[in-house]
Order: sequence, then C-alpha cells, then structure tokens
Amino acid sequence: MTREELFLAVGAGLAVLGAARLLLTRDLLTRVLALNVASGGVLMILVALALRGGGPDGPDPVLHALVLTGIVITVSVTGFAIGLVRRIEGDLTEGGRR
Amino acid sequence: MNDTLGALVLLPLGGAVLAALLPRHGPWVGIVTAAATLALALTTAAAVYRSGPRHLELAGWGAPLGIDLRADGLSAAMLALTAVVGVATTVYATGSDAASGRPLFWPLWLALWSGLNAVYVSGDLFNTYVALELVGLSAVALVALGGRDAYPPALRYLFVAVLGSLAYLLGVALVYAEAGTLDIVEAGERLDGATTAVTALTATALAVMALGLALKTALFPLHAWLPQAHAAAPSAVSAILSALVVKASLFVLVRVWFVVFGGAATPGAAQLLGILGTVAVVWGAVLALRQPRLKPIVAYSTVAQVGYLFLLFPLATPGLGEAAGTTAAQAAYAGWTGALGLALAHGLAKAAMFMAAGTLALAHGSDRLTDLRGAATRMPMSTLTFGLAGASLAGLPPTFGFVGKWQLLQASLISGQWWWLPVLLVGGLLTAAYTVRVLGATVNPPDAELAPLAPVPRRMEWAALSMAALAVMLGVSSSGLLGLLGVGAPVGGGP
Repeated sequence: MTREELFLAVGAGLAVLGAARLLLTRDLLTRVLALNVASGGVLMILVALALRGGGPDGPDPVLHALVLTGIVITVSVTGFAIGLVRRIEGDLTEGGRR
Repeated sequence: MNDTLGALVLLPLGGAVLAALLPRHGPWVGIVTAAATLALALTTAAAVYRSGPRHLELAGWGAPLGIDLRADGLSAAMLALTAVVGVATTVYATGSDAASGRPLFWPLWLALWSGLNAVYVSGDLFNTYVALELVGLSAVALVALGGRDAYPPALRYLFVAVLGSLAYLLGVALVYAEAGTLDIVEAGERLDGATTAVTALTATALAVMALGLALKTALFPLHAWLPQAHAAAPSAVSAILSALVVKASLFVLVRVWFVVFGGAATPGAAQLLGILGTVAVVWGAVLALRQPRLKPIVAYSTVAQVGYLFLLFPLATPGLGEAAGTTAAQAAYAGWTGALGLALAHGLAKAAMFMAAGTLALAHGSDRLTDLRGAATRMPMSTLTFGLAGASLAGLPPTFGFVGKWQLLQASLISGQWWWLPVLLVGGLLTAAYTVRVLGATVNPPDAELAPLAPVPRRMEWAALSMAALAVMLGVSSSGLLGLLGVGAPVGGGP
C-alpha cells in the first residue's frame, strides 16, 4: 500500500465512521463532534488526492485550496452548531447571556 | 449585459450587509434590494431567452484561474422564480414580526438569496459547493428564528445540510481527480471523451454526489428532516425554504447528472431515482393527509411534490448523447421541460400555500385545522389562495402545474415508460384530497360561536394571492417559459 492509498483509506474510514455516528447517536454535542470527524475524513481524502495528482513540484495546489476553504466552512458550521446546542440545552437565554 | 450575472450575486449580498448594519431599516433595505434583484433577474432571463446562454469571466481571468459565471435557460428560469417569489415573501415579511421572525430575518434572507443566485450562475463545481453552504447556513439560521421550539429542528437541518454538502464535496474532489478540472462544462467534456467504459472512480463520484444532493433535496427516504424544519420556521421562512431552497440542491443534481456525468449516468440509476420519487409522491401525500395542523400538511406536501421532480431522471436520461434516437430525444425534451416547469409551478404554488397558511394561523392564533372553522367566509382571500395553489399542485387544467404534468405524461408515452402514468394520476388525486381536507375545515359551522380574529395586514394576503394567481395564469401562456427552460438544455429533441 502506497502512502496515498493509506491516506485515502484512512480518510474514507474517518468519513464513514463520522457520518455513521452522526446518524446513530442522540447526544447533540457528540453529533457535532461526529460531524467534525466526518468532515476531517473528507478533507483528508482531498489531501490524499492532491498528493496523487501532484507533479515533481509537490502536491496539486488546487485541491489544497479547496481543503482550506473546506476547513473554514467546517469551523463556522461547528461554531454555529455549538451555539444552537447551547440554546437547546437551555443554559443560555436568547440574548446569549445567562 | 453580461454583468447582470455578477450583480445578481453581489446585490443581495450587499443588501444583507446593509440590513445587518441598519437593523431598524431592515424592511426598507429588503424591499429595495428585492425590487432591484427582480429587475436584474428578469433582464437576465429575457437576454438568455433572446440570445442564448450567457457567460461571464469575473475580472477577465477566466477558468481555470478565475471565477466563471454561466447562465443557461434553466439558470435564468430559476433566477426569475427566486426573484418573483423573493419579492412576494419580502412584502409578506414586512407585514408581521411573527411571520418573519424579528429583525434578523432581513440580513439572513438577503444572504440566502445571494447564495441561491450564486448556485444558479456558478460555472464550476467548487463555487457551487461554497454557494450551497451559504444557502444551507442562512436557511438553518432562518429556521432558528422560529424560537425555542424551532432550535432542535434547525440543528437537525444543519446536520443534514452539512452532511449532504460533505458528500457533494467528496464527489467534487473525485471528479477533479478524474477530469483535472472543476469547470462544469469542461469536466463533462473530459469525462465523456476520456472513458468509453465508466470507471469505478466516476461511478463513485456520481453516487456520493447524488446521495448528498438527494439528502439536501429531501428525496424519500431521506426526507424526515424537512417537514419538521419547514413547519417550525416562521411562515415567510417556510415559504422561502419550500419554494426555493429545496430547488437549489435539485438544480445542482440536475447539472451534475446531465452535464458533468452525461455519459456515465445509467438508465438503471435513473430508474431508481424515479422510483424513490414515486414513493415520495405517495408517502408524502399520505402523511399530509394525517396531520392535524396546517403547516405540517403543507410541509409534507413538499416531500410529495419533490418526488415528481425526480421523474426528470428516468424520462430524460435515455435521450442523452448523440447515440440516442429521435424518439428518445423528444421524450427527454418533454421530460426536461415538464419536470423543470413543474419545479417552477411548485415554487409559486408552495410559496402561496405557506403564506396563506401563515396568515390563517396568524389570524386564528393557531394552525390546528379544528381552529380554522369559519375562515372560508371570514378570510376568503387566504382560503382562495390556498385553494388555487392546491389546484396548481394537483395539476388541474388550466394551471401551470397542469402544463408540467402534461409534458411529463407526454414524455412517459413517447419513451414507452408507461409505468409513470399512474404516479402522475394518483399523485394528483392525493394532492386534491389534502387540499380539499383543508378547505373543508375552513367552512362555517352552523350557529357556532367563533372567536374574534387577530388583524392581519392586507398586503400579506395580497402577496400570497399574487403567487397563487401566477401559478394558475402562467398555465395559460406557458410556451415562453418552457422555451426558456430549453435554452442550452443538455437534452436535444427540442422544436
């Protein structure tokens, strides 16, 4: 197994595990974390594909740019999701203060 | 003229920023932005209709470095639908805080509008992903405006939307690995030319993208999140979500399926999508019939109506490519204009239905069917709106919904796929059944004491009625719209 194949396999595994946990668990915070694991897996697949498609100058920069954008989006989604979780669990009032 | 494509994205985005900075003037910012965006969208649609698909390279860079914007007939039609429904819901939302969900509605809604337009004009797969995320995030935030009870459905919606986007993103990466480009048209050409046999990578890419986008479009059996989210949101938001947001992911699926994977999409997979759509038509309608409250009825109706739109795939896929015969191409063209025309008709009718449900609920203080007695005489306009919208959804002549279903019927007959005919028929009957059930609940009981109604601004009822009237009237003069849908379509066989 080459390095690219290893990363591809690990990424795919993480994506599947994260997605499965997201769908199967009820605890909200666990679901947010599972979503992060899943998106980590998908982004890892992108990084592995960049390695595969790269030339002598290094990995494919286009896919790296996509991964960066993906990370930014995942961070904002996570922040938003945690905000909603806190409101649902009821330790904050609507104004965001206790 | 080409510049309208960029402005269609930037104008609502600018409006969103302005509305966020001036929270007190949200309604005014909203109305001005909506009117200007409507003008832009109609100009673009007219230009596409007259002189074919538009193409803009932002800042003159061009692919692969720059951002390419494209608009064909389907894009133009979706832009116009979004703008028309957008103006009506904007007017509607100025009527009441309960229907919009407080000042935060304005920046979120305008950001959502910008995202929708970006989806429709995006020329490459990755920008589409970013636009879809903008749509998803602002849609979830809009649902959360429904208050405490709306938080759990909003969070569930967020999980589903992001999971769907992740699957789509994975597909984008696989397409890039295979074709070496993110441009939608170029990727389609390279995938077509490079492979005589479909590679495992291409098949996987198509499968994960279809799965993710079907999840976001709430195709049975991935629909359970939709009725909760759409029913919990404020009424103006429900109208936007059901009429417009589900169409965005469907639009991307259509693009991916027919343009990027044109050669790889097999008739078997297309039949599977059609069958899932069929189950959705029946299952959604059955559940709509069992709901005790108005907004969940309308939300389940969306699950059912979305099912129809998936008949596009089995009807149009066999007509793809040059190898297909004239008959298959003709059927594909009828299926294309029929299913996508139906998407437009559903957008108008469903917006009308949710807005009418909102005014009825606002006036009666509840959307339980048992509380709506007497609405037929006391709120005739809203009741009429609901009935007209239901007639278009059920596909009664001469509504626009009828035109779409007629085209689908033609496509089934021409292509010999007779098994979709009962779907069209039974689905129409079930739609009529839940519409009549609601109308029946609004009839005056004899000698009953009716609680007084809360006042509802007239413009809210007018906004709803205008959408229902459009859903009916467009049926009488639909040839222009169907022709627009055919401009630059990936299926041949047009007149």
